[in-house]
Amino acid sequence: MTVPLGAYVAVSAALFFIGCAGVLVRRNAVVILMCVELMLNAANLALVAFSRKYGSIDERGSVFVVFVFVIAAAEVAVGLGIILSAYRNRPVVNVDEIHQMKG
Amino acid sequence: MISLVWLIPAFPLAAFLASGLFGRRWLGRMTGVIASAAVGLSALLSIGVFLEVLGGKTQTVVTLYRWIGVGEFSVNVSALVDPLSSVMLLVVTVVSFLIFVYSNGYMEHDAGFYRFFAWLSLFVFAMLILVMADNYLLMFVGWEGVGLCSYLLIGFWFERPAPYYAAKKAFVMNRIGDWGYTIGIITIFLVFGSMNFVDVFKRLDESALPQGTLTLICIALFFGATGKSAQLPLYSWLPDAMEGPTPVSALIHAATMVTSGVYLVARSMPLFEVAGPSLQIVGIVGAITAIFAATIALVQFDIKRVMAYSTVSQLGYMFLALGVGAPVAAIFHLATHAFFKALLFLGSGSVIHGLGGEQDMRKMGGLHRKMPVTFWTMLVAGGALAALFPLSGFWSKDEILGAAFGSGHLVLYAIGIVTAVLTAFYVTRALWMTFYGEPRDHHLYDHAHESPRVMTLPLMALAVGSAVLGVAIGYAPEQGFIHQFLNPVVEAGVVEHVPELATIIALALVSVVAGAIGIAVGFSMYVRHRPDPAALTRSAGPIYRILVNKYYIDELYDHRFVEGARAIAGASWAFDIHIIDGLANRLGWALAMGGQGLRRVQTGIVGNYALTIVAGLLLVLVVYGGYAAGIVGR
Repeated sequence: MTVPLGAYVAVSAALFFIGCAGVLVRRNAVVILMCVELMLNAANLALVAFSRKYGSIDERGSVFVVFVFVIAAAEVAVGLGIILSAYRNRPVVNVDEIHQMKG
Repeated sequence: MISLVWLIPAFPLAAFLASGLFGRRWLGRMTGVIASAAVGLSALLSIGVFLEVLGGKTQTVVTLYRWIGVGEFSVNVSALVDPLSSVMLLVVTVVSFLIFVYSNGYMEHDAGFYRFFAWLSLFVFAMLILVMADNYLLMFVGWEGVGLCSYLLIGFWFERPAPYYAAKKAFVMNRIGDWGYTIGIITIFLVFGSMNFVDVFKRLDESALPQGTLTLICIALFFGATGKSAQLPLYSWLPDAMEGPTPVSALIHAATMVTSGVYLVARSMPLFEVAGPSLQIVGIVGAITAIFAATIALVQFDIKRVMAYSTVSQLGYMFLALGVGAPVAAIFHLATHAFFKALLFLGSGSVIHGLGGEQDMRKMGGLHRKMPVTFWTMLVAGGALAALFPLSGFWSKDEILGAAFGSGHLVLYAIGIVTAVLTAFYVTRALWMTFYGEPRDHHLYDHAHESPRVMTLPLMALAVGSAVLGVAIGYAPEQGFIHQFLNPVVEAGVVEHVPELATIIALALVSVVAGAIGIAVGFSMYVRHRPDPAALTRSAGPIYRILVNKYYIDELYDHRFVEGARAIAGASWAFDIHIIDGLANRLGWALAMGGQGLRRVQTGIVGNYALTIVAGLLLVLVVYGGYAAGIVGR
């Protein structure tokens, strides 16, 4: 049996909005990063699904997913680096308390 | 020697650089010696150049480099060495040298010693450029240079307000004249396509040019000359310029700079001769200035101001000579005047120095016992100014009056004679009040002393010049050495008239009698009090008041021009402050306020940023969705 495309898209959308809601409501910086990962992977799922359904021989959608992995890895590295140095500066991980750069 | 002519201005320039750059720290009092030596070398070179010109090299152009070159048009930095410029070089460098030596004594105790010599050297450099230039543009460089130095040196004691204001006045009035000069040289360029003296005069001969344009050129140039040479209507800066140190008055405001207008007109004589009524205008302005300034000089009490008005008056004589077509007489008078008027100023300076700064003749008197050298030399100079036979002023002034008479300008001649009477009177008055009679201020008198040797030696040298220069180069009248020397340059088209001997003697007698009358009246009034000067002053109340107040010309100018200029300046200032600055400030203020407002967007709370991003994304989705569904128009 084949899973219909709509199911993939539904799961992808659900993951995306869960991640999005997490980014908006959570205060812990590490959790926010994890939620961003969730959103990225939601996008990956959609890409793979559409690639599978409409993709031609070269699987461009799947190749794009690899790029997203790489960017996600880089983003996590930079994000964790920022969080660490912020933590070294002030021992909090609550993003609402890190607002020295307020205008 | 002529090929070395550029060394003549190079020495003063070097002295300027040396004293300006190193004077304060290292050279100190040596600046005076260095500058004097430099100008002395220039004087020696000038003598060499003069002798070579005398030997027959009547026109040489020494080019230093090409200054401006646009297609056919070119202006060179080059010197035109001919009899006229060689005479000017000689007068300028010799008189400058003597005044430089004198200044070593006069400025001895001044804190700005090195500054004084730096600027004085720069002045000599600019003046030499002015007289050497072979074109109107390079001459203008010198013209502006001497104006700048005049400004700097009038305002030499800028800590006091009076010199500062006098300097500003001199500068502004000279700028007004320079405007005329600028119009003149621009028109010359448009009409002739060249600024070179030789080219311009050659083209003038070759082609018939419209009278109106030539007259415009000449009037404009003459207007420039009235500014620099203190003629009506731009004369009133010169008396105020006496706020400067006395050697400056002697060098710049008597002997050299103020005569550059005369030199300009003499140099441009071929233009003036063909340009309609311009020569008449020159003559009339000169004559009116001569008598006008002489009447003011009658009642001044400041010894330097008497000399200043006398200078204005004598410059008027020179323009009178130019106006009646006798440029040689003008240059002759320029040369003799440079000597005797420089001497009168330096003598006044010696008196002022000896009295510790007092310039009011009412506080002097009896000084001939205390300052014999100053007295005798000034007596020679005063005699020359009053045109006593056989001193130098007699020969040159007689020649001017003779030319006025001989060319049929009888009114100008009459004005000249009346002015001669007035001149003799005021110089008698000034010398008597200073050197004879009872000392009127005993405290000053007791402390008076003769000046040091470094000051009296130049006085004696100038006295020799004032005594013999006239007969040396001016005998016989109308055919003397100076005529033979200068005629080839300046009198190309002027009608040559050698009057008969009887006429010459008659004219000379009239001049001598005029001088004698002036001196006799002066003696009668100040020695025998018949009529008593004070009583005369009272009985001639209104006239005296007009003279003492200098015909209210300064007040008139203040009222007519200065106030208007101030009002315009005030309006411009207000416009600048309120409109220009206001616009810039308002713009900056608006941007700052905008920034303040936008600043609040940066809350520093990451959640807010994320929310904004999501909101933007949603907005894009909604719009795109509407777009795709056809709700938003394509």
